[in-house]
Amino acid sequence: MTLIKTLSMGVAALSMAFTATAASAFEPSKPIDFVIMAGKGGGADKMARLMQSIVEKEGLASKPLVPTNKSGGSGAEALSYMNGVNDPDHTIMVTLNSFFTTPLRQPGLKVDIMEFAPVGRMAEDTFLLWVHKDEGIADFDAFLAEAKKRGNKWVMGGTGKNSEDNIITDFLNNNYDLEIKYIPYKGGGAVAKDLAGKQIQSSVNNPSEALGFFESGDVIPLVAFTDDRLPMFPEVPTLKELGGDFSYFMQRSVVGAPGMSAEAAAYYTQLFRGVYKSADWQKYKSDKSLMGEFMSQLDLADYWDTQRTRHTTILKASGAIK
Amino acid sequence: MEIVEALSQGIWIALQPHNLGLAVIGVVVGLFVGALPGLGSVNGVAILLPFTFVINSATADPASPMIFLAAIYYGAMYGGAISSITLGIPGASTAVATTFDGRPMALKGEADRALVTAAVASFIGGTVATLFFTGFAPFLSSVALDFGNPEIFALMLLAFATFIGLGGDDIPKTLFSICFGLLLATVGFDQISGEPRLVFMNEREQLAVLETFGVANADESVPFFNSVGWFSRGIQFLVLAIGVYGIGEMIWTINASRYKITMTETEISFARIMRGIIGMKDAWKGTTIGSLLGFFVGILPAAGATPGSLMSYGVTKMISRDPKSYGQGNPDGVAAPEAANNSASTGAMLPMMTLGIPGSPTTAVLLAGMVIWGLEPGPRLFEDRPEFVWPLIGSFYISNIIAVLVNLAFIPLFLWVLRMPFTILAPVIFVLSIIGTYAAYDNMYDVWLMVLFGIGAYLLRILDYPLAPAVLAVVLGATAEEKLRQALLLSDGNFEVFYNPFFDRDGKGQEWWIAPVTTWIALILIALPIILWGVRKLRGAPRPTTE
Amino acid sequence: MRRAEILTAIFLALISAYLMWKSGEGPEWDTEYVRWSNIGVNIDGSGPGKGFWPFYLALGMLISTIWIIVNAIRRQSPPSQSDEPFMDGYAKKMLLFVGGGLIAFLVLIDLISMYAAIAVFMLYYMLFLGRHPLLLSVVTSLVVPFWLYLFFDILMTKVQPKGTRWIEDTIYNPAGEFFRGQSLVMLLVFFAVSGAILAFSARASRQ
Repeated sequence: MTLIKTLSMGVAALSMAFTATAASAFEPSKPIDFVIMAGKGGGADKMARLMQSIVEKEGLASKPLVPTNKSGGSGAEALSYMNGVNDPDHTIMVTLNSFFTTPLRQPGLKVDIMEFAPVGRMAEDTFLLWVHKDEGIADFDAFLAEAKKRGNKWVMGGTGKNSEDNIITDFLNNNYDLEIKYIPYKGGGAVAKDLAGKQIQSSVNNPSEALGFFESGDVIPLVAFTDDRLPMFPEVPTLKELGGDFSYFMQRSVVGAPGMSAEAAAYYTQLFRGVYKSADWQKYKSDKSLMGEFMSQLDLADYWDTQRTRHTTILKASGAIK
Repeated sequence: MEIVEALSQGIWIALQPHNLGLAVIGVVVGLFVGALPGLGSVNGVAILLPFTFVINSATADPASPMIFLAAIYYGAMYGGAISSITLGIPGASTAVATTFDGRPMALKGEADRALVTAAVASFIGGTVATLFFTGFAPFLSSVALDFGNPEIFALMLLAFATFIGLGGDDIPKTLFSICFGLLLATVGFDQISGEPRLVFMNEREQLAVLETFGVANADESVPFFNSVGWFSRGIQFLVLAIGVYGIGEMIWTINASRYKITMTETEISFARIMRGIIGMKDAWKGTTIGSLLGFFVGILPAAGATPGSLMSYGVTKMISRDPKSYGQGNPDGVAAPEAANNSASTGAMLPMMTLGIPGSPTTAVLLAGMVIWGLEPGPRLFEDRPEFVWPLIGSFYISNIIAVLVNLAFIPLFLWVLRMPFTILAPVIFVLSIIGTYAAYDNMYDVWLMVLFGIGAYLLRILDYPLAPAVLAVVLGATAEEKLRQALLLSDGNFEVFYNPFFDRDGKGQEWWIAPVTTWIALILIALPIILWGVRKLRGAPRPTTE
Repeated sequence: MRRAEILTAIFLALISAYLMWKSGEGPEWDTEYVRWSNIGVNIDGSGPGKGFWPFYLALGMLISTIWIIVNAIRRQSPPSQSDEPFMDGYAKKMLLFVGGGLIAFLVLIDLISMYAAIAVFMLYYMLFLGRHPLLLSVVTSLVVPFWLYLFFDILMTKVQPKGTRWIEDTIYNPAGEFFRGQSLVMLLVFFAVSGAILAFSARASRQ
């Protein structure tokens, strides 16, 4: 059994070496495995399918992207799958911030994110604090007063435990002496709906998740966790303006499997740069109030390194890791 | 009358040749995708999503891509019944309840009648739901907003209460089956704490085992060893469902029949199909209950079509004068879940469009589709984008008519499958079970688990353990636990949040009635059989036994 | 059958007890964790722990298995009243051939790819268990995986395991190249032609 496999792998390696010398630039030779680090229907999934559609529509790649959702364990499943994949040159993945936090929280996975090929960062998603209009809260100070008054009867909904939303809630609790109760949900859409139904009192949804209820007037944004005011919500102050030293973003990046050749990584970077520049992507980006420029290769690796350090600090502070 | 005008305009647009053509293609594709186990509507819609870009650029009509995808969704809902009836494998969770009576009908040689019943019941369910959708969309979406975590859990409790009736007489075995199914749903990563549980082997231990056998790392080309995670992936619904029905039940049938089994005896003819349609009057009860209950459960976010079809089956059986005939091939038992799953899938479009909340995995992909075409789902969709909403609703009516006609037309083809000798059909079913499981989860570990579950299910089947409750419990288990824990987190561990309307949830002293009422109905339903059983025992009546 | 009923219930009871024990486990990294401190309904004000739901479900399983055992001892359940053997000779042999065939099928998927494994399994089942004529068996076990290949891999792009790298590179990649290049009409022609061959061989074998 092992012999056959060793032999066949040898043959495969030979034939690969042959093709590699024949053509210097990389071209995919079969459908590209496009892993999504989240379940069907979530923000990451929507975005991944949009990217796939753009690739298809603009004819950017010679082979199709085949999306597979691997959502198990906050991305643990996707990460370990990528780690052991047998054809790294044809395997790419859409990631979010669980790309940083999950390997930190589960050292048993033996995943080192710096081994992944930095293909491209497509955008950074933003966070705002939302409340229902019937609460009669007009600004952040009123929010602080009301939340303090209700103690742990004030409920914040968010996506998952120790996730982006949880990190922001912990920040509010620790810095403004609040006792907000955090209830983890499966997806941002469910949080938005429960806020609109007054089942919870506040959320820190991404704009794309809360937009529908914002436009209908059910929910209002109080503060943005960004560095500058968002063009879509010019009235909403940033936390920095209000004296808080905190901003938080969610990366939307495409990564290549560990062991991907430099030529392949360059090919995918080119591919996703094309997606980024397309009119559809730019429109989506401005419609959903996404920020961040395209970033790739060494820049992206540096960005990951900074983010990993930052998340280590955050998770240690909240007691999720030691 | 504003609605009538908008709707007739919508139907007119949906009848335009390009939209009509897309609906026909969508229904046919959906029918086949739904009929093959493992693919189901989710994959059908997800795979064809990029294709809609071609449609979008070919027609200027904003509703066209969505009409196409909705038609696939409908077609798949009709198609799910086909594999449940002819092969005995539920292709999707929504069609599990259809197997209970559909399969026995096929084994009795009434497969054609079962298929016709399923098709017509689906049509009625879908149309009734579309009528509700048209008339009361804004009101219904506000109802859905009132269902928070305690309410959804109470609803799950109600679904479990109707399960009790599914297991037959042996109460402890039914109870075991429910608990076992719910427990299987907890394996893997805990959604709330994010920690693994009941995984039996974490990645490190698993690697150690692989290294002991000398197969780690060296064998990267072998997919099985790549599926790191094993139990931490959790136990997926189809793994148990296909295992129990495609493998376990199949081996049991082979043993019981010794391969001497014919499932349809006569040639299918137009007259037989007509007779099947007329025979629908025997299944009016199931169809009615399924259409109404299915829709109501469908519009509640997080519930979806599966509990809808299940509760409809349970309720129809509960109020029947002859509950013993269920599971033996009662047409009502096919009509109820089929009417319900179509009704619920239309219902599930409502929270998707008006609240942006997908009620099922398929609507989640549809939602992604809407976002891609720049349609913002939300409370303002009906006012902001009437040129999209009304043709889509119009297409629901049209697609239902197309789907029932296409489905009836294909029945002879599906019956041809049943005319194969059983020694060819059996391996084909095994093959479909395996390739279907792989197609659903892209993982060999799930395939192995599916086969092992199947063999285990066969052994338990001999001992009369009812396994349907376990299969359904796996589907609802994750939602039930999530909602239970979110509700208890909200109430600081106080169970009063479920049954006491005066329990203060948000520090403002409001009253909450929906959850308590639902909980009390569920508790009464659970207690009723036990009380009746006790009364019977007190009176000294002989307990029912099979022998 | 009564003995099998009781033994199975005891086995399931042991599993339930094990699962109760297992539910109490804490996170791997926490060395100070005390077993079962995660099954409470409100731990540190953050609601039920991760062991709460599984623990009580496993308890429910344990109670029902004990109930089953009591019923079986008192001969109150149908299997405990039956004198038939749990599995007769036919059932044992059938389980061995069918179950064994399935396990071999799964092993083959990893080695020689999904579609080749399907061909081998179909051939085994039809020739050995079904005793069909050789021609029909061979044709069926080639046409069925071909159809499935066209449907899953080509039309639906649901890519199945391809065995070793060598098999993938020499067989599937060129085949994929070829079939993906075909129009939908041509694919339907492939479906129909292979179906006709199957129908022809079925007719030939019947005579």
